[in-house]
Amino acid sequence: MDKRVTIAEVVGEIRDGMTVGIGGWGSRRKPMALVRALVRAGKKDLTLVTYGGPDVGLLVAAGCVKRVVTGFVSLDSIPLEPHFRRARSAGTIELTEYDEGMLYWGLLAAANRLPFLPIRAGLGSDVMRVNPGLRTVHSPYADATELVAMPAVGLDVSLVHLNRADAGGNGRYLGPDPYFDDLFCLAAKRRFVSCERVLSTGDLIETGPPQTLLTNRSMVDGVVETPHGAHFTSCVPDYGRDEAFQREYATTDWDAFRARYLDGDEDDYQKAVAG
Amino acid sequence: MTRAETCVVACAEAWRGDGAVLAGYAGLIPQLGARLAQLTFAPELLVTDGEATLLRDGRVEGWLPYRAVFSMVAAGARHVMMGASQLDRFGNQNISCVGPWERPRSQLLGVRGAPGNTVNHTTSYWVPRHSPRVFVERVDMVSGIGHDRGAHEIRRVVTDLAVLDFETPDRSMRLRSVHPGVTVDEVIAATGFALTIPAGVPATREPTEEELKLIREHLDPHGLREK
Repeated sequence: MDKRVTIAEVVGEIRDGMTVGIGGWGSRRKPMALVRALVRAGKKDLTLVTYGGPDVGLLVAAGCVKRVVTGFVSLDSIPLEPHFRRARSAGTIELTEYDEGMLYWGLLAAANRLPFLPIRAGLGSDVMRVNPGLRTVHSPYADATELVAMPAVGLDVSLVHLNRADAGGNGRYLGPDPYFDDLFCLAAKRRFVSCERVLSTGDLIETGPPQTLLTNRSMVDGVVETPHGAHFTSCVPDYGRDEAFQREYATTDWDAFRARYLDGDEDDYQKAVAG
Repeated sequence: MTRAETCVVACAEAWRGDGAVLAGYAGLIPQLGARLAQLTFAPELLVTDGEATLLRDGRVEGWLPYRAVFSMVAAGARHVMMGASQLDRFGNQNISCVGPWERPRSQLLGVRGAPGNTVNHTTSYWVPRHSPRVFVERVDMVSGIGHDRGAHEIRRVVTDLAVLDFETPDRSMRLRSVHPGVTVDEVIAATGFALTIPAGVPATREPTEEELKLIREHLDPHGLREK
């Protein structure tokens, strides 16, 4: 049950055209080491499912993305993602835009092997207009309430980043919010957890209360230790967001940024950002 | 008393009478408003740190990760004050993009939680610059729904010039009060559709001495509200 893999092995499992779920939220606890590796590998035509942050920006700027499925793309402290904005105005990517709660429900449906789950979110809004395939259902009970039938959002692969894990895929978050990383894993066919540190199961259990164990080993196919691997997004309490670096990312021409930080491997990146 | 302080109190007023609901906010002025309301006339209000921690007068009192926020949204136990890049007379709001959605002139945040918020629970808006670019006849992408599309309740719109509500027969937008020093004509000129203007528009109430002291010495001692 040793599922430890390398970054290259994770990337090798992701083929052009796949639907890839990415955990975290905005510019928080994103599996950026794996995202950077996808950029370097020059993947094509990916569909990203994500509460979007710089994961979207990097992959869109690098030309890896066909479609983004999301409720927002934001860098949090910088509200708008520059590469996503540019690509939307240039018409170079497709977008499936859902309410945040709809996306949660779509992942929950996939995780529970349901074709859809009913939800009020979306009713009356232009989310229905820009997703003409969305259908509503009426409650079969006396109330007959009309609800959106949010379709399951199934994933080929999910990538999430946690603070700690063991080699089998039991994983723990130490920050304030699990986000939806467990659902991303449950909704996907292949599931990869990157983490700050891989520990023995015994040591993992010592690091906190059991309810902060977010993934169990049945939910995970591969574990990769990527110290500082969420950089430049936040991964508290291990480290906060690197705001200065995020500003540099958001204001630097893509080719220059890529040459400065992404042309080497992850070790080179970590050395470059350690300055 | 500054305009920003008037706006903080006007935002706080939106939550008056709400009881133990979750106050959501986007931006510093509504955040200060929610905290002021909790400290004064709405003590039951739940206020977060913007992430997963519930705060009472700056001290931790609970935990509310996003998945639990979505449950409160669905249950209707929340009143959020969101921003708005565009807003129409029925309170339809856009934060997604400007121009045609298929290929927007300006991509903004995305709809975020606005569709779910507005269909499920009370929503108000904070508009830091009241202008015809924000207050438009038609929004480009209906993110938050208005009263003509089934909104639960759009209660208030607080801007740098005025407070607006929807207390009209067809639940379209009405001028509720103008901030001290602002004229009704200025608000009309800064609004891109015809507002309902009642006879004798009152001035937005001024902060009390207690409220000013709380804002200046306790909630925002560094004066970030004036930036």
